[in-house]
Amino acid sequence: MKRILVGIKRVVDYNVRIRVKPDNSGVITEGVKMSVNPFDEIALEEALRIKERGGAEEVIVATVGPADCQQQLRTALAMGADRALHVQADGVIEPLVAARALLKLIEKEQPFLVILGKQAIDDDNGQTGQVLAALWQRPQATYASKLELTETSARVTREVDAGLETLEVDLPAVITTDLRLNEPRYVKLPDIMKAKKKPLETLTLPALGVEPRQQLKLVRFEPPPQRQKGIRVKDAAELVEALKKKGLL
Amino acid sequence: MSAKILIVAEHDGARLNPSTAKCVSCARTLAGAEITVVVCAVDAAAVAAQAAQLEGVSRVITLENAANQHALAAVLAPQIAALAAPYTHLLGPSTTFGKDLMARIAGLLEAPQVSDIMAIESATRFRRPIFAGNAILTVETSAAKLVGTVRAASFEAAASGAAAAPIEKASVAAELPTHTRFVSVSAAKSDRPDLQTAARVISGGRALGSAEGFKILYRLADKLGAAVGASRAAVDAGYAPNEMQVGQTGKIIAPELYVAVGISGAIQHLTGIKDARTIVAINKDGEAPIFEVADFGLVGDLFQVIPEIERLIG
Repeated sequence: MKRILVGIKRVVDYNVRIRVKPDNSGVITEGVKMSVNPFDEIALEEALRIKERGGAEEVIVATVGPADCQQQLRTALAMGADRALHVQADGVIEPLVAARALLKLIEKEQPFLVILGKQAIDDDNGQTGQVLAALWQRPQATYASKLELTETSARVTREVDAGLETLEVDLPAVITTDLRLNEPRYVKLPDIMKAKKKPLETLTLPALGVEPRQQLKLVRFEPPPQRQKGIRVKDAAELVEALKKKGLL
Repeated sequence: MSAKILIVAEHDGARLNPSTAKCVSCARTLAGAEITVVVCAVDAAAVAAQAAQLEGVSRVITLENAANQHALAAVLAPQIAALAAPYTHLLGPSTTFGKDLMARIAGLLEAPQVSDIMAIESATRFRRPIFAGNAILTVETSAAKLVGTVRAASFEAAASGAAAAPIEKASVAAELPTHTRFVSVSAAKSDRPDLQTAARVISGGRALGSAEGFKILYRLADKLGAAVGASRAAVDAGYAPNEMQVGQTGKIIAPELYVAVGISGAIQHLTGIKDARTIVAINKDGEAPIFEVADFGLVGDLFQVIPEIERLIG
């Protein structure tokens, strides 16, 4: 069966104003809205569109994380994924551990394409896709803004610092998504009901043979330094004057 | 044990990208570190010579291979990984080049990576922004080998000195994959300064209204010798190309002067400009969040204000 595997992560919703805990041990997540990482929604949307065009038969969504992640897997199922895999794990999941777990799922499911978000908006690491491609010894095409498939390869347009770069990669491959690849669909209420009946399989890291090792200790969280609030100028003349005074013009 | 740091040079075949000099500055903050730069290219001579001039670099290694024509992570990573044994830290810039490549190297080495290093506190302790810069995290590792990407906006570029470090040709026995092939790159040719290194940047938001509307920014930028950037909203709307995007998922910049025109100031945008020395905001909505971080704020119609500024600076 032609399968696409999509990795998703549960993160603090992008609209939430982040606050650091007073004891500097983390950020406040109690009572905070959690969502599917926006880049992963784009990854799922792309997989669903490929399937809808007849380019794949099944879209599997997977995550590594605590029990609560099932909410986001259900959202992904409501968007249209066929089934979900939940590798249950508590604590900090580093990219290497997530990639090892995803590799085990790849070995089991044999997808021809793996699509992930380019970064999670919580830790902003931006590593899992590349680490996975390295472990899998397969191509990576990161920061994708356009994806065209043939039977054996993918042509991927990437958003790079210089502009747009196009790569051709043999399949299977790992693709990571950038913002402009697509606009994810909204979930409709009947789909949420239907998603409750879709298969969601729970696994564990030990069952997959992956050691949940943490190599980076999170020592301290701090709020960023605040910029001092500046002054209002009344018109262009005053602005130019002020900038000249500072030696900026 | 003192740190031995390998920095992966970013270049276009002829010129060293300034982000590499910033990686060197970052590495130099670790006292006693021995800094090596590796240049992967078809012909590395010109770039290696530039890297060798950077103050603080003790050695440059070149890896020349016809497969290195384009910076493909899948091709470069095994070559760097094959060189990695003697080093304690492998660093690259937090550019799309470095972010794509370094994490693949980390994967090959099965080593942890610290992304977007903004400060090195010790050989094992680093500070980095998370949540779009809304929190700063200190991490500590016990790993013997660490990969990192360096947040360029946090460091001044290392100067080019008079003395040149020795340049050595190396070869590695890594098998290079052919599963990833370069097709093309479409980069807009521009005579304006590079957005990531420009001392002055003028950025436009959705309020510019069209690609046509951006022309008033280009005109002013050319008078000021400034680079032009854009908010995500403006890029999404097609007013400006993706390489102009400034913010969490675009470019993180630290110019002397940043002028935000018609940009409301979403947190994702502010993340990209936090390190600017002076921020100017021009917006017709006096309540826009951009004014919270601006050193100078002007509430007004940009289509009147911008030509006026242009006229005033003559």
